[in-house]
Amino acid sequence: MNIDNLLAKVKYKPDNQSHLLPDNNICKTCNNRVCEYICPAKVYEWNEENKKLEVLFENCLECGACKISCPYKAIDWKYPKPNKGITFKDS
Amino acid sequence: MHPTDADIIIVGGGPAGMAAAITAAKGGAKTVLLERGDFCGTKNMFGGAIYTAPTLEIYPDFIQEAPLERGLTRHSYALLGKQDGTIISYDNPKKSEYYDAYSVFRPKWDRWCAKKAEEAGAYIVPQILVEDLIKEDRKFCGIKTKDEEYRAKVIILADGVNSLLAKKHNLRPDIKPENVALSVKQTLSLPKEKIEDRFNLAETNGAVYTIMGGPMLEMTGLGFIYTNIDSISIGLGISLQDLNAAQKPPYEFLEELKNHPSIKPLIKDAEIKEYSAHLIPEGGWKKIPKLYHDGLMIVGDAAMLVNNVHWEGTNLAMFSGKYAAMTALEAIKKNDFSKNTLKLYKKMLEDSFVLKDLYSYRNVMNSIENNSKAFLGYYPQKINEFMETFTATDNIPKREKYRKFIIKALKERNLIKLASDGVKIAKIAGDAIL
Repeated sequence: MNIDNLLAKVKYKPDNQSHLLPDNNICKTCNNRVCEYICPAKVYEWNEENKKLEVLFENCLECGACKISCPYKAIDWKYPKPNKGITFKDS
Repeated sequence: MHPTDADIIIVGGGPAGMAAAITAAKGGAKTVLLERGDFCGTKNMFGGAIYTAPTLEIYPDFIQEAPLERGLTRHSYALLGKQDGTIISYDNPKKSEYYDAYSVFRPKWDRWCAKKAEEAGAYIVPQILVEDLIKEDRKFCGIKTKDEEYRAKVIILADGVNSLLAKKHNLRPDIKPENVALSVKQTLSLPKEKIEDRFNLAETNGAVYTIMGGPMLEMTGLGFIYTNIDSISIGLGISLQDLNAAQKPPYEFLEELKNHPSIKPLIKDAEIKEYSAHLIPEGGWKKIPKLYHDGLMIVGDAAMLVNNVHWEGTNLAMFSGKYAAMTALEAIKKNDFSKNTLKLYKKMLEDSFVLKDLYSYRNVMNSIENNSKAFLGYYPQKINEFMETFTATDNIPKREKYRKFIIKALKERNLIKLASDGVKIAKIAGDAIL
């Protein structure tokens, strides 16, 4: 299953600013990047070329797993602004 | 009414917050509930089903009025090996005019609950994100949104498993990966008749599956299926600690579960309607934070009030919300909003099934986590291997086959370990019964 096909089934109202702010200085030195596989929406992806953790915050399911899993507590995790983010209908 | 006039501000419109709102409003308190979603329920997901007896306590009319899916009559327990599976089902036909539990969708169910809370006189204000709590003279006395401050005599914190507000004010210890499970779920469309045929259901009846093993073998995790009117909810919840160690995304586990030979025929040709994820508190009794402070009480998932063994959460949430509101009403009567009055909330929880059950099960999760390889790996697999031996007709004398099975089983887990597992299980049972 391609995660994009799953995420296409979720209703979002995306913000133009990220509510997920990883501290890239810590991410740069991280050697396991649990965020890349724990996220149920594959929000995080390490960009080796730019040495930067890319954050597809528009896909966030607002679960909080990344915040708790990060061993360095490097993700400043907030809820999206009211009126933004996921709207579940049949869950 | 402007929210500044409120007696009680409730943060979060889930089952706990709304039960608090209804109870408080019925008791005559000026009650305001703030919810960050478009309306109550849009940020929420669960398996899931609501349980009739506890729900009737808060919503006496829900069976006639609420948006319910199916009444659950068939409980199946699936112990899955890698490719095989042993499934037992218990059919409990509807005995009275009510079913014992109903499958629902949270966005629809919670929205209906919000309507009932409004009818009771509470002000439900969606699309408000509470960013902070106001604390003066060591007492909680209000909340802050991005632009405004609202004051109240009592705050009820019902902001869910992640409770950023509790975290901000150090009202509970930091959540660790072993204290929560990550649940992912897909809602799959399937015609009503197919659901009834595949799950052996009379019309309006519903089925629930509890699934062990399969892709989750040796992990602290369980899968679930709930039937709705014309859809199926399938998902799983796995300890965040185990998921982190597995280094495999949660949706891949769910995909493997959907493709397991015991599960696949049930959902054949079903179309994905929605995908969702949520954390579940798993810490149990030992991780419950201090439940009351001067001017504030914590309810529901925010207080980690979940009984994982029985998949109970909404009922504990509703009762905690109700008791917090009853306590707030008492505090208004006495005009004392200090810990000294609000401790009544904890007393009420202690006298109810909420804390009694969580106490009975206080060691279960630890025991399962520490022994997940055995309890959720070895035993499910052995049961399936035994069934394979028992059902095969293959010209080998039965005695020889049983001996082979026992020798292999003992090789993989010796008698001492088996005996120690027995002691652990007896201890869990002892805690629950004695």
